Amino acid sequence: MKLSRKEVEHVAMLARLALTGEEIDRFGAQLGSILAYAKKINSINTDGVEPTYHVLPIKNVWRKDERRPPLAQDDILGNAPRREGNYFRVPRIL
Amino acid sequence: MSAYEAVIGLEVHVELLTRTKAFCSCPNEFGSEPNTNVCPVCLALPGVLPVLNRSLLKYAVEAGLALNCEIASFCKFDRKNYFYPDLPKAYQISQYDLPLCRNGYLDLEAGGGVRRVGITRVHMEEDAGKLLHSEGDAGYSLVDLNRAGVPLLEIVTEPDLRTPREAHLFLEKLKQILRYLDVSDCKMEEGSLRCDTNISLRTAGSGVLNTKVEIKNISSFRAVERALDSEIARQRRLYEAGGRVEQETRAWNEETGGTLVMRTKETASDYRYFPDPDLPPIVLDEQMVDRIREGLPELPEARRRRFIEEFGLPAYDAEILTASRDLADYFEECIKCYHDPKRVGNWVMVELLRLLNANNIDIRESKVPPSHLAELLILMDKGAISGKIAKTVFEEMFARGKGAAEVVEEKGLLQISDEEALAAIIDGVIAAHPQVVEDYRSGTKKALGFLVGQVMKQTQGKANPKIVNKLFSAKL
Repeated sequence: MKLSRKEVEHVAMLARLALTGEEIDRFGAQLGSILAYAKKINSINTDGVEPTYHVLPIKNVWRKDERRPPLAQDDILGNAPRREGNYFRVPRIL
Repeated sequence: MSAYEAVIGLEVHVELLTRTKAFCSCPNEFGSEPNTNVCPVCLALPGVLPVLNRSLLKYAVEAGLALNCEIASFCKFDRKNYFYPDLPKAYQISQYDLPLCRNGYLDLEAGGGVRRVGITRVHMEEDAGKLLHSEGDAGYSLVDLNRAGVPLLEIVTEPDLRTPREAHLFLEKLKQILRYLDVSDCKMEEGSLRCDTNISLRTAGSGVLNTKVEIKNISSFRAVERALDSEIARQRRLYEAGGRVEQETRAWNEETGGTLVMRTKETASDYRYFPDPDLPPIVLDEQMVDRIREGLPELPEARRRRFIEEFGLPAYDAEILTASRDLADYFEECIKCYHDPKRVGNWVMVELLRLLNANNIDIRESKVPPSHLAELLILMDKGAISGKIAKTVFEEMFARGKGAAEVVEEKGLLQISDEEALAAIIDGVIAAHPQVVEDYRSGTKKALGFLVGQVMKQTQGKANPKIVNKLFSAKL
């Protein structure tokens, strides 16, 4: 159940990955087998079973609207590969 | 050919006035230094856990109730996946198939009738950071993450609006309600209210839905109208030339007054929504929703009606006095200290609003508390000052925050009602203007106005006009 080249290219575009022609073929096959494996779950009859939205039996977890100090500015920007003044600097995407 | 009608829907995002962000305890604050309201959750550092701000949920329920929505007993958060540097997680926490609020409506009063505009849904999500794009071809952008994680409501209408004017009215009304609730300040210029529109054309009354175009990048309510007008004209030209409208996203350009095609939109399936495993679902029972409902303030519509019924105000006055909650509160405080609502309304609408607008001051910063305005009206009723002087006194009160009696005393503005003192001045005026007196006696009634004016001039406007008129009539 190999994914088509077009499907792989589309998924790669959404993930901002540049793939070579050889990679497109190789990942197409791998992704296909992962999907086929996951598809096994479709064979189970789920009539009358509530959809699972969350795996833990918990609900309504929230906090008070109270401020806590944010990080120091140098810690915020400290790991940035590129910084300009008080900003992160990133390649232009538009 | 004018047999086209527009089919318009709006998608509005408003930032909420919570103290902290949606899923972390960073300050939610506009205008801070770049990258100062940021924590490991905002940065998406490994191992962090977002936790819902309960004010966000409360504000969202309040907005949903005020917009006549059903509040879901069960809802959840989803991840909307996309790569863009404004969100370090590479997904936005949003709500997809199970939003908090659905099936609401807002009634617009348009052309003498009422137009009901459906609200498809209201859901909670987080805002993204802000990008500054460098000028020219330097090829980089700067990122400020202060806004990343700020709580938003997304409000989506049914395509029930038919004209750009209606779209504008809808936004005004929505803003009024959200500000009454005090959940958002709805400042489009600061980006705390943003609006995208969808628009298509069809043959009037045909009921079909044709290909729609989304317009983004609109930065004022007026621009919403202009952008829609321009897009209606563009689509009409296409149809009339036998062409077709492409489904696309276009950006409004304020300077050129036209729209241009933007990127092709990622489709819903490209966002690969799935339930956010970090955030457990929300289950609201009726009691919780009722408690929030009971805490809702009186909304503009109801307040306007009450102002008409309870205080006997004309519809126009009631509309203006309930435009904002602060103004309506001010008015109601005034009439606790003064018996005549209509008179208070006039002073608030004419004098107070004029000075507030001229000085660009919010009513909350006004130096005239309601008790001072009432004091001024009482001084007039007692005959201590004339209506004309009262306006001068009010300006002084507005500028300096002093009480009415204090200003009157300080400036020596007490009305002169002493008949003897006025009679002396009147005798002088009569003696000084024999020709005018003659004119009056021979039937030129307006000559009296001149004579009264002379008395006012000599008393710097402080003469009691009733008594002056009475004395003139007696003497002439």
